[in-house]
Amino acid sequence: MPVPDVAEKWSTKINEVTIGATEAEGGSRSSTITVGGAGSLPFLRLDGDIGRRPAIAVEIWDAAADDMWPDALNEVYGDALSDPAKAAAKAVEFGADLISLKLMGTHPDYGDRSPQQAADAVKAVLGAAGVPLVIWPCGVPEKDNDVVPACTQAAKGENCLVGLATEKNYRTVTASCLADGHKLICESPLDINIAKQTNVLASDAGFPLTDIVIHPTTGGLGYGLEYVYSILERSRLAGLSGDKLLQQPVILDCAHEAWRSKEGKSSEEDLPGFGTAAERGTIWEVLTATNLLQAGGDIIVLRHPEAVASVRGAIDSLCAE
Amino acid sequence: MYVIGERINGMFKDVKTAIKGRDPEPIKRLAVDQMAAGASALDVNVGPAASDTLDAMLWLVDCIQEVSDAPLAIDSPKLEVVAEVLPKVKNPRIINSTKADEDALEKYCKLAVEHDASLVALTIDQSGVPNDADGRVMMAATILTKAMEAGLTPDKLFIDPIILPVNVAPKQPRNVLAALQQLTLLSDPPPHLLLGLSNVSQNCNRRELINRTYLAMAIGAGLDAAIMDPFDKELMETAVTAELLQEKMIYCDSFIEAALSGH
Repeated sequence: MPVPDVAEKWSTKINEVTIGATEAEGGSRSSTITVGGAGSLPFLRLDGDIGRRPAIAVEIWDAAADDMWPDALNEVYGDALSDPAKAAAKAVEFGADLISLKLMGTHPDYGDRSPQQAADAVKAVLGAAGVPLVIWPCGVPEKDNDVVPACTQAAKGENCLVGLATEKNYRTVTASCLADGHKLICESPLDINIAKQTNVLASDAGFPLTDIVIHPTTGGLGYGLEYVYSILERSRLAGLSGDKLLQQPVILDCAHEAWRSKEGKSSEEDLPGFGTAAERGTIWEVLTATNLLQAGGDIIVLRHPEAVASVRGAIDSLCAE
Repeated sequence: MYVIGERINGMFKDVKTAIKGRDPEPIKRLAVDQMAAGASALDVNVGPAASDTLDAMLWLVDCIQEVSDAPLAIDSPKLEVVAEVLPKVKNPRIINSTKADEDALEKYCKLAVEHDASLVALTIDQSGVPNDADGRVMMAATILTKAMEAGLTPDKLFIDPIILPVNVAPKQPRNVLAALQQLTLLSDPPPHLLLGLSNVSQNCNRRELINRTYLAMAIGAGLDAAIMDPFDKELMETAVTAELLQEKMIYCDSFIEAALSGH
């Protein structure tokens, strides 16, 4: 009896998005990264081309990380944590395909640093590391609207990936990315309808749908990961079926979710019986990331070097022929 | 929803006049505007008035191709006209249409395969349009079989179970819905299911309301294509909304705009 052909035939592919610009392309990056391009469900070669290899972005902060990050991370970064240029060099050493610079120091509650200070941090990181850059603002809309234009201007020509356009606050960041030639992160609060709508809004503001990366918001293991999984799956299915508003690759902030979980951040005194504090956050980061890779993550944001190594191994085996 | 815009048809006065005077501008405008309104393809029909059908058809095709790369549905009852026109069509091609008699099917399917064209096939033969759903389904099965034999895949086949005006054939709208439901099971993937929508309201009052309501019902039964007026904004919006409710797309607040703006 012949084996029935169960492969799905999809009409379209997920967009390919390239981040970073080399000297020849008007920037100063030593490499660029292209993600997306899948014509199948994640890693399902049966259906079609699995697209580009997922990339790992290692997260650093412009400031405040030394106060706010758990000991396990403080130990691996040492004094580099308070200096974005040094932290960037470390991140490259840890194996980063990209650096994700979170501007947490600009948050009104965590230092309230100025747009100029943020732009200086962006320049310092670009000077210290050759990999492409993700610029991730603090998430307070009024502050981001001041900080983002300064940063996109400082990184003009570098083809960075810049956040965060949301349904309620997208005009400034969209215009800044358009003006300074960067790619855009559109964020939605774990809601596929809003993910689509935010892309409509950015597109109506003149931003090409093919230059957008979706941040659907990320849930860590034990904190809504399965919900993220189902949203990513629905989004991929719609994108493959021809919905141009859901054909964008996806960035997932696994670091943020893992290291703010009880398991990631609590000390051994606070959480007896849960194992070594030094290992827990990394384990949480790896499990969150490897699960979400299989749901369709294209860029995975991580912090701990052991998590980077472990997730890279998972990507290697998922991408192996 | 695969909308074949119906407006380039010699039955409409503006088109008839343009054909007579060989004035390309109204035709080009109709082509561009129908696509901008959300059509997926354009029907091309010289209508009954033209003295030289072939010449008029070729002229229409040329006019449209100057301004649009939309698929063109060459709409003529004469096989020889279709056969002459197809090689001149640079855009994707649709033949509109064949009846379900076996010899006609064989000729048209062969022609479609030869020219890499899609084919609209009507469930009507020498004995006319079937009265019930089952008759339509049987004819559709014949159509599909002949198409497959000729090498025409289901994605290039549009089966039209023929809707008749509700004022003179009150049972037919319901029979067509029943037929559509069965036709979705005809093959996997099924052929496209198409209606010449405005026929349902011929000589009726409140035509637009009847068209709109029936379109939503037909989409619910499995319709995925229609020859209709894309300038009827509410009709187009009804199609989008009915497809949304059939889970053919993911909702967002601008779902109408997202579906019709070519996003």
